Amino acid sequence: MEKITGAEALMRALENEGVDILFGYPGGSIMPTYDALYDHKKTLNHILVRHEQGAVHAAQGYARVSGKVGCAIVTSGPGATNTVTGIADAMIDSTPMVVIAGQVGVAMLGTDAFQEVDVVGITSPITKWSYQIRRAEDVAWAVARAFYIAKSGRPGPVVLDFAKNAQTSLVEYEPVKADFIRSYEPDPDLNEDEIRQAARMINESVKPFVLVGQGVELGNAREELKEFLEKADMPCGTTFLGLSAIESDHRLNKGILGMHGNLGPNVMTNKCDLLIAVGMRFDDRVTGNLATYAKQAKIIHFDIDRSEFNKNVKVNLSVHGNCKKSLAAVTKLLDKATHTAWIEGFKPYEEKEYQKVIDKALNPTEGPLLMGEVVRKVSEATKNAGIMVTDVGQNQLFACRYFKFTQPRSVVTSGGLGTMGFGIPAAIGATFGAPDRTVCLFVGDGGLQMTLQEFGTIMEQGAPVKIILLNNNYLGNVRQWQEMFFSHRYSFTPMLNPDYELIAKGYNIPAKTVVERKDLDAAIAEMLSTPGPYLLQCAIKEEDNVMPMVPPGANIDEMILEYKP
Amino acid sequence: MTSTDQQKGGALCGVCTECGKCDRLLNGRSNEAIKKEEKMEQDNSVRLYTFIIYSENVPGLLSQITAVFTRRQVNIESLNVCASSTPGAHKYTITANCDRTMALMLTKQIEKKIDVLQANFFTDDEIFINETCLLKISTPVMLENKNVCRMVRLHNAHIVEVNSIYATVEKTGITSDILSLYNSLKSIGCVLQFVRSGRICITKDFTEHLDEYLADREKKRNGK
Repeated sequence: MEKITGAEALMRALENEGVDILFGYPGGSIMPTYDALYDHKKTLNHILVRHEQGAVHAAQGYARVSGKVGCAIVTSGPGATNTVTGIADAMIDSTPMVVIAGQVGVAMLGTDAFQEVDVVGITSPITKWSYQIRRAEDVAWAVARAFYIAKSGRPGPVVLDFAKNAQTSLVEYEPVKADFIRSYEPDPDLNEDEIRQAARMINESVKPFVLVGQGVELGNAREELKEFLEKADMPCGTTFLGLSAIESDHRLNKGILGMHGNLGPNVMTNKCDLLIAVGMRFDDRVTGNLATYAKQAKIIHFDIDRSEFNKNVKVNLSVHGNCKKSLAAVTKLLDKATHTAWIEGFKPYEEKEYQKVIDKALNPTEGPLLMGEVVRKVSEATKNAGIMVTDVGQNQLFACRYFKFTQPRSVVTSGGLGTMGFGIPAAIGATFGAPDRTVCLFVGDGGLQMTLQEFGTIMEQGAPVKIILLNNNYLGNVRQWQEMFFSHRYSFTPMLNPDYELIAKGYNIPAKTVVERKDLDAAIAEMLSTPGPYLLQCAIKEEDNVMPMVPPGANIDEMILEYKP
Repeated sequence: MTSTDQQKGGALCGVCTECGKCDRLLNGRSNEAIKKEEKMEQDNSVRLYTFIIYSENVPGLLSQITAVFTRRQVNIESLNVCASSTPGAHKYTITANCDRTMALMLTKQIEKKIDVLQANFFTDDEIFINETCLLKISTPVMLENKNVCRMVRLHNAHIVEVNSIYATVEKTGITSDILSLYNSLKSIGCVLQFVRSGRICITKDFTEHLDEYLADREKKRNGK
């Protein structure tokens, strides 16, 4: 049999896994692999980023919108450590990703060699699996296993630490298929008792309320969820990552859960008699004070990850399994029901929130632009069919609150880790993961500058990212907390900003700034009709707050609607 | 499930697989049960648990397992790792002080590691325990003080070597026996060195859960 290098074996193994795009950055210890990549340019589209953090976030953005495994490739030492933030982000947000990092040869391991770092040691706690490939013979097996682990069960990141000698030595390559690991069960069998109990509890419930998380998207269970909700006529709320798991204007979708969510779902969490969590993990931003969270209700938790049960919230019943199967199984046993009065009960809260918050955020008539109105206008201009990518902070909270969704896999945001700088590279990845869709990035002036260098990637690739820069000259979310909880002491949150239009022009990205409200519609239309990337800078009211809000540690049903200093 | 339950319920209800009137089966656990459990956790609090973990024999797993304890702020009291009776499977025996909820979370998070086969935790009454210790004691003090040999006999320990400078004492047993021997010899002032092993134990259970699990997994593999 023909002998090839470990690096060439990696290329073939990646092709064998159906990989067609890699985000990466070359360097010393990964050079043999980049050399092999040179011969595979036609099948493996390599996107050269400008910083390794960009590579992992781009892989995340790609994975989120496409449902496929994102793949990043970097060198050893600093190349690998620069990926740590993205790996941790993918872990906490369950994003399937494989990161291949170069490593010094095994003879030099442990000697503090040039650009040597203990990558497996660093990434073990923040990956599903982290493995050092020390021999070319292990390449086929390790790659197959890496992709199987990354995409199966509850998805997550995998790191392959690829020693240089394993890249260069010769091996007889044979493709390997991984679909079974003895110690790992990604698709647990449903427990009949759990299904029957869940159905019975739902059938007996008078005021059921469903919490929808990203698990529904990850399990491709949108249809199953809808049937489940509609058959028993149950209202639901979504987490940020679960936003596009159901259409925003679905009759039973009552809005967003948690700290900056909607009033109705938060209040009703503490009024329902049965709380049904599907593919969500009771994050502290969703629950508020656990001591008072849904104490009146019985709680059912659907999840594929057994370690999530009773972790933060004690539940009456856990239903272990892929929600695509478990929801369908429970739905079969459900009685057709109507909960009209209960669902009507959301209305007063919706009206109250509209009057006190939403109307003011979306329909201001005077003063500077507000984030909410910009987001909603962009959303509507895409016919609510666009992909929403956000950075982190007020831009993220306003975007999640006011963007509307009709299509699946339309949310790319850093939920669990809250990574500023996530936005630009993730949006680049999203344009490759969903080339036919409009990718709208909402980013603040703080986060933009954390990964600004990826403008270079946008320029080189012509990646059609529509960048909506919500510029308020502040690190807005921290400033909001300083105003509300730290006696208005603005410790290092005001920022002197550069001329972003000029920067965009330097990267050959068309740009425009909107200051006046009357110019907004035309500017958005121009942005969307311009082919390729575009930077739309909006001059936003400087000291605006994201409302409503559950103050940190407060009870979930005690939302502040208006903040009066 | 009692027969009265079944009589009350009449025929099978069609919802549960058994009688149909058992709250546990029909409606998950009750809120009262959760409250009771929470209260118990508050009262019962911290005790010594023994964690038995089985994994594939792959490098680097030990640090991943101990990292779960560290992250949850639980200090490991003792740790023993070796090959198990099941070919290819490694056994970790770890003791740590924590409450029951924590022990449950720890085992679930450890089991989540890809190469971990099973993780369980036990209280001392659910397992047979053994530990061993070695003591290096001063020969002159031993010859001077009759209590030294008396303590060794009383604790059923063995003297495995004697020379003019020191004697080596070996004792196998449960933690408290070993500490009792150490404390009595220490009070005499003859201990030069003392070392204790980690705990090893076997369960009192009648079934071997690991073997069942592996057999089940093999069936799944063959089904693919």
